[in-house]
Amino acid sequence: MSEINKANKLPRHPMPEQDPKVRARNFDEVPFGYSEETAMAEAGRCLRCKKPKCVEGCPVNVKIPEFVGLIADGDFLAAAHKLKETNALPAVCGRVCPQESQCESRCVLGKKGEPVAIGRLERFAADYERAQAKMELPAIAPSTGRKVVVIGAGPAGLTVAGDLIKLGHQVTIYEALHKSGGVLVYGIPEFRLPKAIVQAEVDYLKALGVEIVESYVVGQIETVDELLERYDACFIGTGAGLPVFMGIEGENLNGVYSANEYLTRSNLMKAYRFPEYDTPIVKGKRVATFGGGNVAMDASRTALRLGAEKSYIVYRRSEAEMPARNEEIHHAKEEGVELVLLASPLRLLGNEKGWLTGVECIRMELGEPDDSGRRRPVPIEGSEFVLEIDTAVVAIGNGPNPLVPSTTPDLKTNRWGNIDASLETGATSMTGVFAGGDIVTGAATVIEAMGAGKKAAAAIHRYLEEN
Amino acid sequence: MNRIVAKEEFSRNPGVKMMQIEAPGIARKAKGGQFVVFRLDETGERVPLTVADTDPEKGLVTIIFQEVGKSTMALGALEVGDCLADFIGPLGRPTHMDDYGTVLCVAGGIGIAPTHNIAKALKAHGNRIITVMGARTKELLFWEDKMRALSDEIYVCTDDGSYGIHGLVTKVEQELLEKNRESGEIGLVIGIGPPIMMKFVCKTSEPFGVKTLVSLPTIMVDATGMCGACRVTVGGETKFVCVDGPEFDGHQVDFDEMMKRQAIYLEQEKVARELYEKEAGCCGECGGDRQ
Ligand SMILES: Cc1cc2nc3c(=O)[nH]c(=O)nc-3n(C[C@H](O)[C@H](O)[C@H](O)COP(=O)(O)OP(=O)(O)OC[C@H]3O[C@@H](n4cnc5c(N)ncnc54)[C@H](O)[C@@H]3O)c2cc1C
Ligand SMILES: Cc1cc2nc3c(=O)[nH]c(=O)nc-3n(C[C@H](O)[C@H](O)[C@H](O)COP(=O)(O)OP(=O)(O)OC[C@H]3O[C@@H](n4cnc5c(N)ncnc54)[C@H](O)[C@@H]3O)c2cc1C
Ligand code: SF4
Ligand code: SF4
Ligand code: FES
Repeated sequence: MSEINKANKLPRHPMPEQDPKVRARNFDEVPFGYSEETAMAEAGRCLRCKKPKCVEGCPVNVKIPEFVGLIADGDFLAAAHKLKETNALPAVCGRVCPQESQCESRCVLGKKGEPVAIGRLERFAADYERAQAKMELPAIAPSTGRKVVVIGAGPAGLTVAGDLIKLGHQVTIYEALHKSGGVLVYGIPEFRLPKAIVQAEVDYLKALGVEIVESYVVGQIETVDELLERYDACFIGTGAGLPVFMGIEGENLNGVYSANEYLTRSNLMKAYRFPEYDTPIVKGKRVATFGGGNVAMDASRTALRLGAEKSYIVYRRSEAEMPARNEEIHHAKEEGVELVLLASPLRLLGNEKGWLTGVECIRMELGEPDDSGRRRPVPIEGSEFVLEIDTAVVAIGNGPNPLVPSTTPDLKTNRWGNIDASLETGATSMTGVFAGGDIVTGAATVIEAMGAGKKAAAAIHRYLEEN
Repeated sequence: MNRIVAKEEFSRNPGVKMMQIEAPGIARKAKGGQFVVFRLDETGERVPLTVADTDPEKGLVTIIFQEVGKSTMALGALEVGDCLADFIGPLGRPTHMDDYGTVLCVAGGIGIAPTHNIAKALKAHGNRIITVMGARTKELLFWEDKMRALSDEIYVCTDDGSYGIHGLVTKVEQELLEKNRESGEIGLVIGIGPPIMMKFVCKTSEPFGVKTLVSLPTIMVDATGMCGACRVTVGGETKFVCVDGPEFDGHQVDFDEMMKRQAIYLEQEKVARELYEKEAGCCGECGGDRQ
């Protein structure tokens, strides 16, 4: 029996979760995480391959066999430190990375059975370290006297700041919102990523000496050109924070939200705890979310937790084409979210007071594959139907936030408004100005934004040494 | 940072108050027409207020607000020396500066505050300023002296006739635009006040074909263009007030839709206000002032 088959005799260990019926009504985190015993047993499945394929699947090349091996040996703190050598936010990535299409998709065990649960182990080690309150501060190079400004405290910006401070540069982050973390604080809900974890990571950066200035909207209070008078280099990581609407009738009715607004009210502003928190949110009884990605899953699951009796996801293709992670679709369905597949909204209906009352949709069928390789949905004539709803969430995508590009005339953007930057170095059309994350690539993933941050930090370091 | 260094009560019921906030960066940058967002404390919401005036040398930003709900009432209850958790700005686009000749500023109630900073900038740019300012009653008028100082002509009205001209600001607007028909010197009307008043300022100016700007007080969350809460329909297109505005061509604005959207949270606002009044141990009659 080959080693692979032997390892696969022991099935991948599941992670205990809150009961779907209970969790659909609270904002606590869904999975509980591995126990020490389960983590060691799962880590024991890893073959510690000499040429580990899994590492190639990870955008920041986490040293997977090494950290998993340390867990198998019971040295959890060392595992956490190993992770942090390449990934500044393991507690976050262990939770939100689409592992099934990244690291775990390449694991050799996956060929014949189930891959090592790399994400769950990553989460375990990072949580263990945090619980021990044994955050170890790494060595910091002597001060270079050079100053770098980072715009946006999302995963990309935080990564750049962490890497550059360790190299001895002085780093200041300017963040538009009153809390740092980007999508991690305003978009991804508490039940998937507890905000205390994000805060711990931000505090860690502050402990390293990074200056973080929140509530500072670059482009408004100061432009990039003005910042360059005070700083030696600049990194722009302002994300994809521009909501896209569907452009159909009735979209400005009361009760219609962009996913950004719905999630920001709930997560960042804590509207689910209104009136203890001041920000209100419409707690609809019948909610429809339009879209099929992670954002749609987050919104529809948030609707349940806000008290919805019905939470629909209306998606124009079939479940197989949904861009969301399988795990998220599975979680959503388990909690009671109903998928209305192969349907597309035509117009939103309202009453005379301006409130949403329903949505008229049309059934679709899948035709020939389009540019993206997915089969193109085609409307079926005469198949219109009305779904009665009082709240709608539009989750069909986000564009780049234009505030910085529109106030920086020398910064080149493409026709969608994304900043033109090298994917290898983050270099832009302006000397000393680098960019990365969603503002460059369009909406992607946390770990890809961090990967871009890593590359940009290295390039900024080289730039500062040469200039 | 964000410390309140001066406070003045203009009116008690409803409460209208002025505050000067220490915010040197914003004081240096803010231009006419822009706004700030404040957040009281950890549990607070993000609330937009127009920059009414700035003192770049001293690093001060002046805001004027009417106590209409929990957040503005709680702000009004703060005293000199207290600090705000956040004070963010300047936000939105500044008023477009141009040589309009004469600008007719029509300001209603709390709208006098934003109008002041805009008129000040337009005046400095070389425009002639005619101001029509009004309120429901005498008590609600403020900054007549400051508006008088920067206006070449000024008309003050009250709806109930308790002070100045008896009547609505739109009545004076109508007369002035009629007089202007021959000279044609008024190149721009700026109308700022309650939404219904702005709607009628625009209705009044439309037949005269004079461009009219309004500043829209839509509900906001982030105020950086990220959420779309502030969207309005202007000329058939959806615009975000926080980044595309707050000023728009009033003849193109769908005021009815905007007013409906302002009522989204009426129920919750009432809950928050009642809870606040109970906790603050007041009846609400005084307009939120605890003394
Ligand atoms: C609801 C939702 C769920 C998601 N789920 C997942 C998931 O499960 N797994 C996954 O891998 N990815 C997920 N993503 C995608 C992922 O979150 C993003 O790809 C990632 O956060 C991008 O990082 P970033 O640093 O480029 O930008 P962001 O996280 O968007 O951060 C940008 C930051 O810049 C700030 N900023 C913007 N403009 C300015 C300015 N002018 N001045 C100062 N600051 C500014 C913003 O306020 C923000 O804090 C999700 C996204 C959303 C919206
Ligand atoms: C660009 C802009 C500039 C403004 N300038 C001023 C100003 O200079 N002085 C002033 O007194 N008011 C101004 N406003 C309105 C002010 O923001 C609201 O009165 C305030 O948010 C009310 O909060 P509240 O909790 O006290 O009342 P709430 O109980 O929340 O609401 C009372 C009323 O205020 C409106 N409102 C609620 N939340 C918001 C919000 N986030 N944004 C806008 N309106 C809201 C509601 O429609 C409601 O009718 C401005 C609004 C905008 C968008
Ligand atoms: S960072 Fe993400 S992709 Fe990389 S190993 Fe960890 S979970 Fe996998
Ligand atoms: S996780 Fe899978 S691919 Fe990676 S080292 Fe272990 S067994 Fe090999
Ligand atoms: S307030 Fe969020 S986009 Fe304007």
